[in-house]
Amino acid sequence: MSCCGPSAELALATTDPHIADEELLLASRMVGDGIRQTDLSVPSIHCGGCIQKIESALDALPRVEQARVNLSTKRVSIRWRDDKTPPPFIATLENIGYHAHLNDPDADAKDQTLTELIRALAVSGFAASNIMGFSIAIWVGAEPETRIMFHWISALIACPALIYSGHVFFQSAWRALRHGQTNMDVPISIGVLLAFGMSLYETINHGVHAYFDASISLLFFLLIGRTLDYMMRERARTAVKGLARLASRGALVVQDDGTHAYLPVDDIQPGMTILLPAGERVPVDARVAQGQSEIDCALVTGESLPQAATAGSALSAGMLNLTGPLTIVATATAKNSFLAEMLRMMETAEAGRSVYRRIADRASRLYAPVVHLTALLTFIGWMIATGDVHRAITIAIAVLIITCPCALGLAVPMVQVVAARRLFENGIMIKDGSALERLAEIDTVVFDKTGTLTLDRLRLANAVDPDALKLAASMAAHSRHPYSRALATARQDRRLTPLVLSDISETPGAGLETHVDGATYRLGRADWALNSSQAHIPSSAGVVLARNGQLQATFSFESDLRPDVRRSIAEVSSQGCRVEIMSGDRDGPVRDLAVALGVSYRAGVSPVGKSQHIADLSAAGQRVLMVGDGLNDTPALAAAHASMAPASAADVSRSAADLVFLHDSLLAVPQAMTVARNANRLVRQNLLLAIGYNVIAVPIAILGHVTPLIAAVAMSGSSLVVIANALRLGGPRKDKHQPAPEPGAVASALSFQMKEAR
Amino acid sequence: MDYFYLIPLALVLGGLALGAFMWSMKSGQYDDLAGAAERILFEEDDRPAPDKPPRESGLSSNTN
Repeated sequence: MSCCGPSAELALATTDPHIADEELLLASRMVGDGIRQTDLSVPSIHCGGCIQKIESALDALPRVEQARVNLSTKRVSIRWRDDKTPPPFIATLENIGYHAHLNDPDADAKDQTLTELIRALAVSGFAASNIMGFSIAIWVGAEPETRIMFHWISALIACPALIYSGHVFFQSAWRALRHGQTNMDVPISIGVLLAFGMSLYETINHGVHAYFDASISLLFFLLIGRTLDYMMRERARTAVKGLARLASRGALVVQDDGTHAYLPVDDIQPGMTILLPAGERVPVDARVAQGQSEIDCALVTGESLPQAATAGSALSAGMLNLTGPLTIVATATAKNSFLAEMLRMMETAEAGRSVYRRIADRASRLYAPVVHLTALLTFIGWMIATGDVHRAITIAIAVLIITCPCALGLAVPMVQVVAARRLFENGIMIKDGSALERLAEIDTVVFDKTGTLTLDRLRLANAVDPDALKLAASMAAHSRHPYSRALATARQDRRLTPLVLSDISETPGAGLETHVDGATYRLGRADWALNSSQAHIPSSAGVVLARNGQLQATFSFESDLRPDVRRSIAEVSSQGCRVEIMSGDRDGPVRDLAVALGVSYRAGVSPVGKSQHIADLSAAGQRVLMVGDGLNDTPALAAAHASMAPASAADVSRSAADLVFLHDSLLAVPQAMTVARNANRLVRQNLLLAIGYNVIAVPIAILGHVTPLIAAVAMSGSSLVVIANALRLGGPRKDKHQPAPEPGAVASALSFQMKEAR
Repeated sequence: MDYFYLIPLALVLGGLALGAFMWSMKSGQYDDLAGAAERILFEEDDRPAPDKPPRESGLSSNTN
């Protein structure tokens, strides 16, 4: 299958296939008969060919009972016979070009709520269609005996359906009432129950009008809205959950007797000695005891270039060890580590943020008292006018049925479902409808720099001799250091064929060394690769290539800008928003980027400072959208009015953000804002339509002219109008001709040069 | 009232369809709609899903 899977070479160059067997075992579960099951998330599955390739490759492994791919959730469930170590799933998948990572076994429980909603929907649909059949016969003009019998059959169908399907609304209404609040479900429940109760009374007394069809088809329509709303959030949740988890699950601890044990993060105590291989994240705050390596702190501090780590360096949980193995000593438990501290700050920030009331709740807060008061006044009016209790009650209930907020209940979720779908097509996941409402109100956008405006990979910045690049890239292919990857990418871009090199050795924290035709080549730090006699070392150089200590070429690197950064910022500004950059990185790189983009900036901001700045802006009456990816952005994401994070963000940041965008392009930000604003306009239109319907229908009901037929037509009609209006939502459709990202061109146009860190 | 029997018949048939839907949902047939659409094109015999789809297994227990 040529359509799927990146080439093996690319997969090797870009992935971190570092999941220990112990971790796999920890994440698997027993399913009986000595069979274990492991769920892997494989985001690059996207066609039938992928299914076949993956299933046949995994089925061929020894001890694998069955491998089954789920294309919708992009997951593989593997059942294997229990033994000490699991078969090499991850490596097998890597070999055929799929990057896999572990799924949280606990988070994978079958979704009960959705199943319940769909069942309720099916039952109410069945009941509504059958009852409607009987009702039509009655409206056409049935004999009294037939009518009474049909009423009874309708009652028999309606009663269980009402109990089964209606409990979704009744429960929610009851919860609200118990806490002394109202929500949209309160008038819905009252309307539906009263319609049923009155109809039952009429049936028993052989009356003419019964509203069984109205009460059940109301439930049916509302359940459609409720189910779609839930499915939208669920889909976004699974898509976000499917992304790689970056926090480590456990670590290899050296015990007192010298043996090694893989312990879960929560069991690690201060003072324990941990072995941290290259490519793993630091599990808890720690100090380096032994070894030399380089550390990627981008997610933790916003620092964009790798930092050196030697004995004595302090590390925060979440940092990534790049080159050499380290022995580290834990200085805090997981609960007291940097990550947990960020979580605590996030909770504080969330508590400080004013509670946002959703549009639908605000509407129902006004709506319910008005409706109930109208019904009461109608009852009193008819009592005074006629003195006929039965007639007054019937008409008052008819008012409640006709005002039952069916259209109002659909007005908001329908628009938000369509909007979420639009965003989904553009690779933007939204957590819930309230985020969409908040996003529409934004007037200030604050961007983080590292990982948000820039990508988390580096790019070769200077022009070099192709032969030198070819040699350097071929050496670099043996290392996972960010500089090495940048070199390998540069070679691929320039279509140079790699050399075949043997005997390459890596000195952690220094560089790579090889021998070609009797000469020693070194690629790495200038003071390591060059002879001391080499007087002049270019200060901007990231790494140098040296032949027997003589300088051959220098390579400097810069952060790769996210595609479309400039256009995105222009579009955001043209929507009337102020743009700011706020970064934890040093002043120089932040200033260079801010000046190039023409926006204001703050550099070297601590996590507390970020969240404080957002709070200050909010206090000044601004509605802030925070776009960030790092752990240090998490409190700010939680404090902001709305927040977005790229898919490459830390787990915690992704769960703190309201929206997560999967594509590299930063255009996701203006796109999401446009969709949110359009959706907001449609929601308001829909609310107006729903109110307009009531303005026409309520007087008819108050005057006592409503029959079950009129109620059915009016309610279905208004619901359909609202749904049709929701489908008009415009905004960016799926862009089939997305221009190939040209980060190089954009970056050089901005001449945004990162200075060497050392 | 000659055709009265049609009413319970219609209700029973509708009820059967409802029951069939409930059953198919419970047995996991809607878990992977996109995958099912692709699998129908595979040439070799595809085995049916296991008795219970893996995710639903009631025996699951976390170890450790």
